[in-house]
Amino acid sequence: MIESLLPFFEWCEGTGLGQLVRTSLWLFPVIESVHLLGLSALGGTVLLVDLRMLGAGLTRQSLSSVATAVHPWLVASVALLMLSGISLFLSEAVKCFYNPSFWVKMATLPVALLYTFTVRRRVAMNPRRDTSPLTRLVAAVSLLLWFTVAAAGRWIGYSS
Amino acid sequence: MSILTALEWLARTRWSIALHESQYMWPLLETTHVLCLTLFVGTTAMLDLRLLGVAMTRVPASEFTERVLPWTRAGFAVMIITGGLLFSATPVTYYQSLFFRLKMILLAMAGLNVWLFHSRIHQHIGVWDLAPIPPRAARVAAVVSLVAWAGVVVAGRLVAYNWFACDLQPQSAFVNWASGCVLPPP
Repeated sequence: MIESLLPFFEWCEGTGLGQLVRTSLWLFPVIESVHLLGLSALGGTVLLVDLRMLGAGLTRQSLSSVATAVHPWLVASVALLMLSGISLFLSEAVKCFYNPSFWVKMATLPVALLYTFTVRRRVAMNPRRDTSPLTRLVAAVSLLLWFTVAAAGRWIGYSS
Repeated sequence: MSILTALEWLARTRWSIALHESQYMWPLLETTHVLCLTLFVGTTAMLDLRLLGVAMTRVPASEFTERVLPWTRAGFAVMIITGGLLFSATPVTYYQSLFFRLKMILLAMAGLNVWLFHSRIHQHIGVWDLAPIPPRAARVAAVVSLVAWAGVVVAGRLVAYNWFACDLQPQSAFVNWASGCVLPPP
C-alpha cells in the first residue's frame, strides 16, 4: 500500500522548490535552522499551556486566558514549521520515503495537530475545566504527542 | 599548557572516544539537547515577546519571571549539561569550528544581556509590571535576547556542517585565523 506512494515522493523531489533546495549548498542548512527556531517557538507556546494545565507556570492566570493569549503564536509557529518542513521534505522526499523515523513523525504529526486544535483547545477554553484530573491528562497526552513528533523529527537525521 | 593541547588530551581519553563512537548515546544526548530548545528558548522567547508588549500583555511581566523562569533555568541546565557532554566527544573539532566559536560568542552576548536585565531592569519591575508595553530598556533587552538566542540556535545547527573545517584545506586566511587552525609549516 505504502509502496504505491513512491511515485508521489519522486514527483515531490522533482518540484522546482525541491530541486532548488537540493542543489543549493546553503539553503538546506538555513531552512533547517528556521525549522529549529520554529520548534523553539512552538515549544514555548505548547509548554505554557500544558504547564498551566498541569498546575505549573502561569497559575495566577485562568487557563482559558493563557490559551487565548498564546493561540496566535501557536498558529504562527505551526505555519513557520510547516513552510520550512515542507521545503526540507521536498528536497529529499525519496530519502524520507525509506526513513522509518519520517513515517513515525508523519503518523503522529496530524494526530498532534488535530488534538491540539480540537480536544486540548476545547478543554483549555472550558472555565469549568480550569483544573481537573481530565485537564492534567489532556496536557500529559499533548506533551507525549509533541515529544514524539519532535524526537522522531530529529531522528530522521540518524536513521537514514 | 594551551587550550588546544588540553582538548587534545581530552579527545584521547577513554570517555571521549567511547562517546564519539557510541551508536546511541551521542544521538540521544543530541536529541535531548535539541528538544530542550522548546523548554529553554521557547519560554525565553515568550518572556521576550511579553517584554516587547506584543504577546500576553494582560499577564504581569513578574509572573513570567517568577513562575516560568524556573522552567527556563531547568531547560538551560539540561542544555549546558548535554552540550558539555557532546563537546567532550569531539572537543578539538568543536574548538576549531568557526560556527562553534560564533555560537560561544553569541552565547556570551546572550548571557551578558541576561545579567544586565536581571541586575538592572528587573530591579524596578514593580513599577511597570502591569504595563502592556514595558519601558524602553526592557524592550531593548528583549530584542537583544531574541536575536542572540536565535543566533545561538542557528550557529549551533551549522556546527554540523564542516565547510570551514581546519582539515579541509585550503581555507581562506580569515577562516584559518578565526577557527584557530594549526597549519603545517610551508
